Amino acid sequence: MSDKLASHFMAPKAGPAHDHGDKFKVEKLDFFYGKFNALTDITVDIKRHAVTAFIGPSGCGKSTFLRCLNRMNDLIPGTRVEGKITLDGNDIYAPGVDPVDLRRRVGMIFQQPNPFPMSIYDNVAYGPKLHGVRKKSELDGIVEESLKRANVWKEVKDIMGRGGLTLSGGQQQRLCIARVLAVEPEVLLMDEPCSAIDPTSVQKVEDLMAELKDRITIVIVTHNMQQAARVSDYTAFFLQELAGEPAHLIEYDRTASLFTTPKDRRTEDYITGRFG
Amino acid sequence: MQSRERMDKRITNGIALGVIWLAALATVGALGTILLYVVVNGIGQLTPAFIFGWPHGVNMDGGIWPTIQATLYVTALAMLITTPIAVLAAVYLAEYAVQGRLVSTIRFAADSLASVPSIVMGLFGLSLFVEGIGMGFSVLAAALALSFLLLPIIVRTTEESIRAVPKYIRWGSYGLGASKWQTVSRIVLPSALPRITTGVILAAGRAAGETAVVIYTMGTMINAPVSPLDPGRTMPVHLMLMAQEGINMPAAYGTALLLVLMVLGFNLTARYIGRRNRRMQG
Repeated sequence: MSDKLASHFMAPKAGPAHDHGDKFKVEKLDFFYGKFNALTDITVDIKRHAVTAFIGPSGCGKSTFLRCLNRMNDLIPGTRVEGKITLDGNDIYAPGVDPVDLRRRVGMIFQQPNPFPMSIYDNVAYGPKLHGVRKKSELDGIVEESLKRANVWKEVKDIMGRGGLTLSGGQQQRLCIARVLAVEPEVLLMDEPCSAIDPTSVQKVEDLMAELKDRITIVIVTHNMQQAARVSDYTAFFLQELAGEPAHLIEYDRTASLFTTPKDRRTEDYITGRFG
Repeated sequence: MQSRERMDKRITNGIALGVIWLAALATVGALGTILLYVVVNGIGQLTPAFIFGWPHGVNMDGGIWPTIQATLYVTALAMLITTPIAVLAAVYLAEYAVQGRLVSTIRFAADSLASVPSIVMGLFGLSLFVEGIGMGFSVLAAALALSFLLLPIIVRTTEESIRAVPKYIRWGSYGLGASKWQTVSRIVLPSALPRITTGVILAAGRAAGETAVVIYTMGTMINAPVSPLDPGRTMPVHLMLMAQEGINMPAAYGTALLLVLMVLGFNLTARYIGRRNRRMQG
């Protein structure tokens, strides 16, 4: 294992299981697509070394909000953010913050598996190479370890030279997770990572999330409430009540509490399947 | 009533299908007729002596080797000059430029440049490169004039190839903390490369067959050019002069056949690259 990775794996673990500090603090966030106010007044703390799920009906802004956390929305022309998001206490929208550095720390997995058109090995080695890892032995170590952590090593270890796009959808998604893990992010944002893959892979992705959260803060957007209940420690429920109006964060709580004793009537209606 | 309507539909459908089918047949037929005509008239000429020999005498007997060399030389030089500029310009247009008035103006200019008659490009090359800068009739002057013709073609095909790379693949790269240039150079361009290559090769075919531009910039002297400042006569020019004077029609058809084969070879290579890549990525 490389020194870089070793130090990463030996990083101090989170405190007691029920005492998570805040990784992100979001205060009074508003988000605009051009003139359209898509999200308003979002205030939420995302706990370190836990899995936080964002749930809500389609079009409620949960994916948009997820992309605010690594400034991915910067890539969409005409978007604008108001309010404040801090990562470990530092404002990520402050002038002088390089979104490129931010995105290395805050990795992202998309709904559609998106391997690069290159070999499995090169897909995973891409990130470390970007950030200056050159030595073959070191790259080999990172690639193997990342694929193991992403629960896909056994399936690909003998076909590392094959194109990433030749894998099944579920394997591709885990390859993409390995690709992100290879740059040692502190946070992993997952935008409906399981909605386009087979059930066996879904199981493997959910397993790896449970294994990863010791070291990584995970935020997952999901349409599937059972999945949110299974994998997450905290859940945030978003809702856009009227078309054309901005979406709000309706309720945020420990997953166990939110699903059993929701405080807001709208949350209860949603989780009991009365709409959405 | 209902059955009549259905009958009408069937008839109109049949007529439409017939017309479309005829149009398709005409397209294939046109290509087939031309190819057949050139092959029938030129095949007898295709001997090693014709391909590798020099022309001699007032009737241009013998071979056409110097014109083949001049054609390949000017095409290669033109591609060498044009491709890097065109690809970088396309990267700018597709990836960096703020999409707005300026970019659509540039795009319109490129399209207009592509539609300027090639004889005008030839005249322009004559006054700017041959006389203005003083290169004289030369491979270099012709390559530069050709690059005006090829630039917009390659820019547009490259730009479209770059735009065809899916957004979510770029996002994957940005999501790993890649900078814009890292994403463009390591992910977008390699993904777009097969389509770009196809466009470049098709443009090379266009350059190899160009007559009007090269006759005014490279001259008509039969010469196997070595230095870029040497003059020369390309195959299309050779063909034109022989046919115009009617001095040696068999040699003209032989030249035509070789030229067609060369351009066809470019097109088939382009197709092969496009297909092979689709297999690799699919």
